[in-house]
Amino acid sequence: MTTAPSDPPPPPASRSARLRVDGVRLGYADRVIVDALTLDIPDGEFTVVVGPNACGKSTLLRALARLLVPQAGAVLLDGEALHRQPAKAVARQLGLLPQSPTAPDAITVADLVGRGRYPHQSLLRQWSAADERAVRAAMEATGVASLASAPVDELSGGQRQRAWIAMALAQETPVLLLDEPTTYLDIAHQVEVLDLCARLRREGRTVVAVLHDLNLACRYGTHLIAMSGGRLVAQGKPTDVVTAELVEEVYGLACRVVPDPETGTPLVVPRAPVL
Amino acid sequence: MSAQSTERVLRDSVLPAGVSVLRGPLGTSVRVRRRSVAVVVLLLVLLVAMATVGMTTGDLAVPPVDVVRALLGTADPGTAFVVTELRAPRVVTALLVGAALGAAGAVFQGLTGNPLGSPDVIGFTSGAAAGGVVAVLHGSGQQWQVSGAAVAGGLLTAAAVYALSVRGGVLQPFRLVLVGLGTGYAVYALNAALISRANVLDALTAERWTVGSTSQATWSQLQLLAVGLVVLTPLLAALSRPLTAMEVGDDTSRALGVRLGRARLLLALVGVLLAALAVGVAGPIAFVALVAPQVTRRLTRAPGPGLLAAAFGGAALLLLSDLIASRFPDPLPVGLVTGAVGGLYLVYLLVSLGRRR
Repeated sequence: MTTAPSDPPPPPASRSARLRVDGVRLGYADRVIVDALTLDIPDGEFTVVVGPNACGKSTLLRALARLLVPQAGAVLLDGEALHRQPAKAVARQLGLLPQSPTAPDAITVADLVGRGRYPHQSLLRQWSAADERAVRAAMEATGVASLASAPVDELSGGQRQRAWIAMALAQETPVLLLDEPTTYLDIAHQVEVLDLCARLRREGRTVVAVLHDLNLACRYGTHLIAMSGGRLVAQGKPTDVVTAELVEEVYGLACRVVPDPETGTPLVVPRAPVL
Repeated sequence: MSAQSTERVLRDSVLPAGVSVLRGPLGTSVRVRRRSVAVVVLLLVLLVAMATVGMTTGDLAVPPVDVVRALLGTADPGTAFVVTELRAPRVVTALLVGAALGAAGAVFQGLTGNPLGSPDVIGFTSGAAAGGVVAVLHGSGQQWQVSGAAVAGGLLTAAAVYALSVRGGVLQPFRLVLVGLGTGYAVYALNAALISRANVLDALTAERWTVGSTSQATWSQLQLLAVGLVVLTPLLAALSRPLTAMEVGDDTSRALGVRLGRARLLLALVGVLLAALAVGVAGPIAFVALVAPQVTRRLTRAPGPGLLAAAFGGAALLLLSDLIASRFPDPLPVGLVTGAVGGLYLVYLLVSLGRRR
């Protein structure tokens, strides 16, 4: 079943969604990247956004994180436009792990994670018992508690990514947004980071991640958003929406989709070229 | 990983090592780095020691007891004049100008994420000096006019450099350094041209605006700077939080709730005002804004901008340079001393930055 461009799939039947995208146009200066996009981020799901390079998936995530103000339409949080809400109030609801975060020289893991508490602190309230609890819990949940006094720039790629996720967790937001959290990681560290994300969802958070690897997206995502050319092409449970036709349409790749022998989720196997 | 995540770390606190929390009434709490406190205390001791040397030595040796008497108004008129009208203004000028320059340097180095992004490297102090030169040559020469013109010159230069450093609505810090370097030299040439056209007497007065000096310091010159420091210090204390938060990058700090555009604008404004007010008093004293934050940061080993330590460092650096300059057999303007010391430091900085790349 191929979906016609003018006919985006209907949103999943009445699921609650605090974060909604309502007819947004996104872009930079006069370059429009995403236009007339409407979708919901279902609460309590692990939403994975996939699509080819330059399809607008990272742009969408930036808009969800309030980093990009829509040129038209709005991203709504609890029914109110995100860019009209105070920055700190939003920062207590949405946490973000950017694509390639930069840590200051020689900063330690504990220091970095502690900075996630910024939206909960003020000039005269710089470290409360709640800060202490949140930072401790975040470091334990991500397994970096034993690295607390290690400099971030001496960590392995996977450890560093977990330290950054711990910073976003210390922010104690119900929604966590991750922009390509597995890029530059080897497969073991990719799985490690995605296992962590899946666990965070099970513990009650809404997780949204932009991912490159379609197979990992199908395995870990409980809700999948497929984009192409700035449009929404398909959304729903990976098992329901990922078909050979969809992959062909979105990526232009001839493939077979078989059940993952480990989990039963869709596994995309590219066709061998006819020689 | 599951083994790691269940691992309990037995530590009293998850605060970074070396950080303490001071708790006050109504649930208030302030984080302090113990090493930074130690550095500030050390600098304070040095400042007191150097100020004592500055007040007691010179052409006329004045014992500490007589200095105290002079300050209390019970010394003989001759000693009183030397202490309260010659030496004290000069020492206080070095302290306040140095503190303002040090803090301004830390603000801009934090904003640009680059040690070279200091107001004295990126042309802001030259711009303030240009304002001072115009006021001295074409105005009434009153101090409020000179300081006001210096602030106007600094703000204009900063606005021009800032506007030329924005690309696609976003400030490019490295571009700011390059644009500022060029602008600084252009404005310096303008200052020299203005002075070369002036008559001899005016040119001698205006000379202070090319090198920077504290030798003609008077109490009345200091008023505007003192008021500026009283007003800007609390503002700076409030802005040091977003400035520290910015270190994790634009996207992350915005996601943490920092209003990046507003915070940057306010910080830049406060930084320019501090630097320009300092220039309005003592001229474009070179390299204090560049060197002080770098030295104190190495001493405190803090990842943050350390505004307070930088201000104390700037005061100590300028007072030391001023002592050296004034105790020379043939006294020099202090700007030459900071220029020589700072120039060497700049070479070291460029070499070590180049090595890291």
